[in-house]
Amino acid sequence: DRCLSSAATTPITATLFPGDGIGPEIAESVKQVFKAAEVPIEWEEHYVGKEIDPRTQSFLTWESLESVRRNRVGLKGPMATPIGKGHRSLNLTLRKELNLYANVRPCYSLPGYKTKYDDVDLITIRENTEGEYSGLEHQVVRGVVESLKIITRQASLRVAEYAFHYAKAHGRKRVSAIHKANIMQKTDGLFLKCCREIAEKYPEITYEEVVIDNCCMMLVKNPSLFDVLVMPNLYGDIISDLCAGLIGGLGLTPSCNIGEGGIALAEAVHGSAPDIAGKNMANPTALLLSAVSMLHHLELHDKADQIQNAILTTISEGKHRTGDLGGTASTTDFTKAVCDHL
Amino acid sequence: TYMPRPGDGAPRAVTLIPGDGIGPLVTGAVEQVMEAMHAPVYFEKYEVHGDMKKVPEEVIESVRKNKVCLKGGLVTPVGGGVSSLNVQLRKELDLYASLVNCFNLPGLPTRHENVDIVVIRENTEGEYSGLEHEVVPGVVESLKVITKFCSERIAKYAFEYSYLNNRKKVTAVHKANIMKLADGLFLESCREVATKYPGIKYNEIIVDNCCMQLVSKPEQFDVMVTPNLYGNLVANTAAGIAGGTGVMPGGNVGADHAVFEQGASAGNVGSEKIVEQKKANPVALLLSSAMMLRHLQFPSFADRLETAVKRVILEGNCRTKDLGGQSTTQEVVDAVIAALD
Ligand SMILES: Nc1ncnc2c1ncn2[C@@H]1O[C@H](COP(=O)(O)OP(=O)(O)OP(=O)(O)O)[C@@H](O)[C@H]1O
Ligand SMILES: Nc1ncnc2c1ncn2[C@@H]1O[C@H](COP(=O)(O)OP(=O)(O)OP(=O)(O)O)[C@@H](O)[C@H]1O
Ligand SMILES: [Mg+2]
Ligand SMILES: [Mg+2]
Repeated sequence: DRCLSSAATTPITATLFPGDGIGPEIAESVKQVFKAAEVPIEWEEHYVGKEIDPRTQSFLTWESLESVRRNRVGLKGPMATPIGKGHRSLNLTLRKELNLYANVRPCYSLPGYKTKYDDVDLITIRENTEGEYSGLEHQVVRGVVESLKIITRQASLRVAEYAFHYAKAHGRKRVSAIHKANIMQKTDGLFLKCCREIAEKYPEITYEEVVIDNCCMMLVKNPSLFDVLVMPNLYGDIISDLCAGLIGGLGLTPSCNIGEGGIALAEAVHGSAPDIAGKNMANPTALLLSAVSMLHHLELHDKADQIQNAILTTISEGKHRTGDLGGTASTTDFTKAVCDHL
Repeated sequence: TYMPRPGDGAPRAVTLIPGDGIGPLVTGAVEQVMEAMHAPVYFEKYEVHGDMKKVPEEVIESVRKNKVCLKGGLVTPVGGGVSSLNVQLRKELDLYASLVNCFNLPGLPTRHENVDIVVIRENTEGEYSGLEHEVVPGVVESLKVITKFCSERIAKYAFEYSYLNNRKKVTAVHKANIMKLADGLFLESCREVATKYPGIKYNEIIVDNCCMQLVSKPEQFDVMVTPNLYGNLVANTAAGIAGGTGVMPGGNVGADHAVFEQGASAGNVGSEKIVEQKKANPVALLLSSAMMLRHLQFPSFADRLETAVKRVILEGNCRTKDLGGQSTTQEVVDAVIAALD
């Protein structure tokens, strides 16, 4: 195992998938900021292949996956899955092959970037492997279809454990399990039961349960009511996007996927934005903040804070904002400003 | 003017279920206001509580006979092996459409302006099928059932509603990129019905993006049509944006019957504190009962009630805590009665 205390002297190797569209531009921004901040990380770059790799049934090569497995930490730009049959979606391949079971999205109001909600500071943790996304569907008779939602004790315990671990490690006070167990008594009931079991091991953290419809309502009325939220797959998908909307959209929201054996693959949640690709217009904030989550995961908290502060200062100063935030700065202007603020 | 048929002024019987928690407070508010207006309705009141095994047969019979019911929330014990009576009632009476109107009330400041969204939600199947089982220890399954029959009739209802209410656009909410068959069937049904209403715009949105759009640009939405669970979430999000569940009216309707209740969170029975202090907000249910009066073809009574409620909100000195005030339910009721013209 890697010895983190010697991190400053021995560089850590991390996998980098620049991805498609605006991916390479925003990945370049991360590389520059990391260099300027003297983060002890060496990138191992991997690109999505042009042909299907039979070993992964996808455009991602086996070597790329091996790189993440070996380094146990990586950063990923947006990947556009080419349309066509006979291959798996890139995101699905990563999720399945690396067993990325939890998706963590910190969501906080950016100081100086005004939205209608200024008091957001929460973390959504989404179970990523089962639930409504099982892909098990069939037609029973003509005009009647069924879709299976699967909840297992193993996956629920694992994501709950991660949520409480995260809360403790980040000095958070409260974990809310989001559910609809009044209707789905067995499936969501099992999810809650697992959360309660784990909660008992963390007496210092307050545990509560919130019905998802009520959660939606509370989030839009008063998002400051929440701290860490943990939930099954579909609810996590919906709630995390809702929260991203609260703070100004997907261009600002970082995320990190946690896999078995401590793998962490950070990624921006936005797409490849083909409309502005190659034009030096993309906002690298989401990927930069994802890289910050990655640094926290590596316990390089000082570097993480330093970079995060530089990003927040640059945005709140307002002189170098990209087009999506109403400014005119280019990707490179913004990156330079972040480096200057380190 | 409204030209009634002879005899239309005869009072109509309405089944009343005060329910649990804040239910008796807010249904009590409606009773008082109806009485003060001399509205042509009288109530047949039944005690129903969420911890009963099922809705008593006589209650179902009463709704079948009266065709119209007004109800407060019924608690659903979480994980107690008791199924939701709210859901039972909808299934038993085949109230397949749930409708919630989320709109900004003049005088009530919220984060967003120009919100006027109607969420029409399929109410009988989908994730609420109640079909769940343990496959092996530690692995449970829940079935989401989507049928052509139910999808088509909810789509038809949404377009018919839009046509009759002069609404311009219907948005179908789905997750068909993941649930290709189930939500795919829902969308297919919506598209077919949409072709029969060329005057109404039709579009589709994925549910996660929908919630994000709701918190950033809610004014883009008009009528939404959704499968069961998404409708529940979308309606609550929209309600929160427009001023809270305490003010949003709604109801459930099927081919033969209609049940009016607080629009978002029908199961919302409030906290014990609100019940003790008698400070539940009656506005949502009062607006729902205005919808009920319109449904019963008493349009001028509906208008008077709605106008009085809106006047009280606009004046702003008589509001319950959820709207930033301190009034009790009774104080709001008195203000509404005083504002009736
Ligand atoms: N049958 C399946 N089982 C598990 N995951 C699936 C399945 N089908 C699709 N997925 C993956 O689930 C993800 C869900 O997509 P969705 O847009 O709802 O969520 P998301 O968090 O926004 O992910 P993304 O931005 O990668 O699309 C997709 O990345 C897709 O690859
Ligand atoms: N980082 C960014 N900086 C600036 N604008 C962005 C950024 N990301 C997305 N956008 C804008 O948001 C819009 C949506 O982009 P996004 O790529 O997420 O959509 P998409 O069509 O879902 O892509 P994909 O198919 O790759 O998922 C685009 O029009 C783009 O201009
Ligand atoms: Mg999503
Ligand atoms: Mg997506």
